Amino acid sequence: MKLTLKIWRQKNQNAKGSIESYQVEADEHMSFLEMLDVLNEQLISEKKEPVAFAHDCREGICGTCNLVINGKPHGPQTGTTTCQLHMRAFKDGDTIFIEPFRAKAFPIIKDLVVDRSSFDRIIQSGGYVSVNTGQAQDGNAIPIEGDVAAKAFDSATCIGCGACVAACPNGSAMLFTSAKVQHLGLLPQGKVEHETRVQKMVAQMDKEGFGMCSNVGACEAECPKEISIENIASMNMSFLGSVLTKED
Amino acid sequence: MALKNNVPEGDLAEKWTKYKSTMNLVAPNNKRRIEIIVVGTGLAGASAAATLGELGYQVKCFTFHDSPRRAHSIAAQGGINAAKNYQNDGDSVYRLFYDTIKGGDYRSREANVHRLAEVSTDIIDQCVAQGVPFAREYGGLLANRSFGGVQVSRTFYARGQTGQQLLIGAYQALSRQIARGSVTMYNRHEMLDLVKVDGKARGIITRNLLNGKIERHAAHCVVLATGGYGNVFYLSTNAMASNVTAAWRSVKKGALMANPCYTQIHPTCIPVSGEYQSKLTLMSESLRNDGRVWVPKSVADAEAIQRGEKTGLDIPEEDRDYYLERRYPAFGNLVPRDVASRAAKVACDEGKGVSKTGLAVFLDFASAIQRYGKAEALIQGINNPSSKQITELGEKVVEKKYGNLFQMYEKITGENPYKLPMKIYPAVHYTMGGVWVDYNLETNVPGLFALGEANFSDHGANRLGASALMQGLADGYFVIPYTIGQFLSNEIRTPSISPETPEFAKAEKEVNERIQRVLAVKGNQSVESFHRRLGKIVWEYCGMARNAEGLDKGRKMIRELREEFYKDVFVPGTNEEYNPELEKALRVADFLELGELMMVDAKNREESCGGHFREEHKSEEGEAKRNDADYTYVAAWEWDDFEPILHKEDLEFKNVELKTRSYK
Repeated sequence: MKLTLKIWRQKNQNAKGSIESYQVEADEHMSFLEMLDVLNEQLISEKKEPVAFAHDCREGICGTCNLVINGKPHGPQTGTTTCQLHMRAFKDGDTIFIEPFRAKAFPIIKDLVVDRSSFDRIIQSGGYVSVNTGQAQDGNAIPIEGDVAAKAFDSATCIGCGACVAACPNGSAMLFTSAKVQHLGLLPQGKVEHETRVQKMVAQMDKEGFGMCSNVGACEAECPKEISIENIASMNMSFLGSVLTKED
Repeated sequence: MALKNNVPEGDLAEKWTKYKSTMNLVAPNNKRRIEIIVVGTGLAGASAAATLGELGYQVKCFTFHDSPRRAHSIAAQGGINAAKNYQNDGDSVYRLFYDTIKGGDYRSREANVHRLAEVSTDIIDQCVAQGVPFAREYGGLLANRSFGGVQVSRTFYARGQTGQQLLIGAYQALSRQIARGSVTMYNRHEMLDLVKVDGKARGIITRNLLNGKIERHAAHCVVLATGGYGNVFYLSTNAMASNVTAAWRSVKKGALMANPCYTQIHPTCIPVSGEYQSKLTLMSESLRNDGRVWVPKSVADAEAIQRGEKTGLDIPEEDRDYYLERRYPAFGNLVPRDVASRAAKVACDEGKGVSKTGLAVFLDFASAIQRYGKAEALIQGINNPSSKQITELGEKVVEKKYGNLFQMYEKITGENPYKLPMKIYPAVHYTMGGVWVDYNLETNVPGLFALGEANFSDHGANRLGASALMQGLADGYFVIPYTIGQFLSNEIRTPSISPETPEFAKAEKEVNERIQRVLAVKGNQSVESFHRRLGKIVWEYCGMARNAEGLDKGRKMIRELREEFYKDVFVPGTNEEYNPELEKALRVADFLELGELMMVDAKNREESCGGHFREEHKSEEGEAKRNDADYTYVAAWEWDDFEPILHKEDLEFKNVELKTRSYK
């Protein structure tokens, strides 16, 4: 299949970027990133600079890849990361627009690569259970109801890719933050610190320059792990509760 | 060089307990002054850095990823073993130890493996306390499943994302220490050299991947947790950026590389679809709990499938060869990985492969769907269920168990595995070989430690499923925090190490020269094309089956490829910018040397054991044939560009009897 690619090129964080056009020949069984590999091989053979894009595991779990394809984070398929998208989702002759995840809190490093270290700092602010190695009791000491464990698991499947932020018109990180708050808050081990955790994480999220949530729902729609927007509602309740009950 | 493994005296079952309670300690006031470098943030690195930080050491932690959470441990699917015996099915520390020794084909160190089995139970407790959402039974207690090579259910799991959940747990523990200031995190920093001062490991040279800045980092000791070298094959289940550079650079500074020829070829991966392919995707071994592996009995049927004229559904039951169940009735589809992979190769070599390329076998869930469907109908009280109902109910059960894996398969192949049997083929997955370490996980370079997949110590010639996660976390949470004290207790009078010394300056200069060397070639071939060619050579001559002639040939070809690389590689851009092609070039340059050492090691080992199968050494039934009289040793190699030098550590088995491994 012959494709026209319109790709965002930007030399570095401070340079001005622009959309450049490329022609590439792909096979329908290729993954989207393999198609970009082909383009890069082509550019290298012409002694031109390859397109920088982020990727690593290429099986949908590390959360590194982050392309906006035809206006959608991770492309047209639901529940799919960029690396899991295959070219059979496109047609011969298609023109494909490829841009980075854009948000104030995700500055561009080069071309399609962005800096998402703000997510790390949100986790550092409180996204953990305070237990040192060696302090644990027996793993079966506290039974956890299957449904509760499953719900916590659903929130814990977040891969930290940032599609929720890129999809949100406000550049909000509420889905990411609330998924972690819910994952830990639902489990008995994480309940102890729940109230302080939610306050600290929300404060850090604001500090990083992420926007407010206005219930658009684009985050849930574009999340490759299909994490529910209910997490946000629950976090809002927890946050409100913690503000009302907790003394500063 | 005499290799001292420093295994403590005493009964096997008491060694670790006694050693722990008598080893040297570092007092809290001294810990505050002592700096430790940890390279890598996978399960081993993140757990080590977090725990050492909790203990009060000053830790500097490095990863080339943009975040510690992206390390490739995240992709482990199936589970983590622990000798909890929650299932009351006869498991014990000894049994886990024994299974691991036997699974490794009697080529690992008894004392290390026993310690691993002992601490396995603590890992589960620790992870539960961190909030890792393991699978649970209806009553709220932890669930288990079985993995290859064992007859008990001791594998804990979190759907098909166990590695992700465990790594997030360790990452969160690490994040907590970063916030407390006990760990300083350096993202996007790649270790490009080890620095030794007076024979001891005292620092590393890194490249800041964002701007190319070469930096010196000093500490009292260095811990490598940098993973395996499976990407030497180019196509593997490893992530694209996984590499051997940190370990290999340490080898070039005097550490020894042990058993590099022991590589694990995982039997259930999605087959290669074309030349453009960049990586292979694993289908968890847990699928073999319920999937049945088969090929057609006749070559004619297989050829019809290869041409696309038939599918698996067109082959009647009596014309199918469930070859694992036939050859290994005791373990059936759950034989260890090396055995299952070789059996798949044998079937495809006979012309019975079931894909366009002829390099695939079926993994079929039809009988499991029927079995579960019938059971579910009973549970739901449906009398005389129709076959459609049974299938639907069965598919639901299978979906609950393996849903995300089935979905992943469908995304990649475009085929529905509930309806058509999956096609799978072996692929490189893990490397048992690695940097040589003693009982303390210290290399032969004082102050240099290696953890997790980066070391060689626990899996012998073949790793059992769900044991990599166990080893990574055992090393990081429960071994290194103790054993590092054996070295550091002698360093309490050593002041802070200065990076402004001739040793650091020299190492930095060498790194700059290496970078300039690859940039200066300005040839005509991409780094990727060299990596692909290297991978093909290693797969062809040092893959699932090896022989002396092929290994000699492979070695020569890699040598020639290395020469060509330095004459004709093209690396665009400069050092002083974000330059992924330059990163790749430096990694491939190191793979080109390691690949040669693998050939040398495989040639030296005149026996078949675990993942190392020498065609000259097999039984009449085609099974691996060990040579215990001559090869019950660890081959630890000192790198020499002309001829690597072999050092042997004899393996002593005092607690298990060496037997021919049988899964029949």
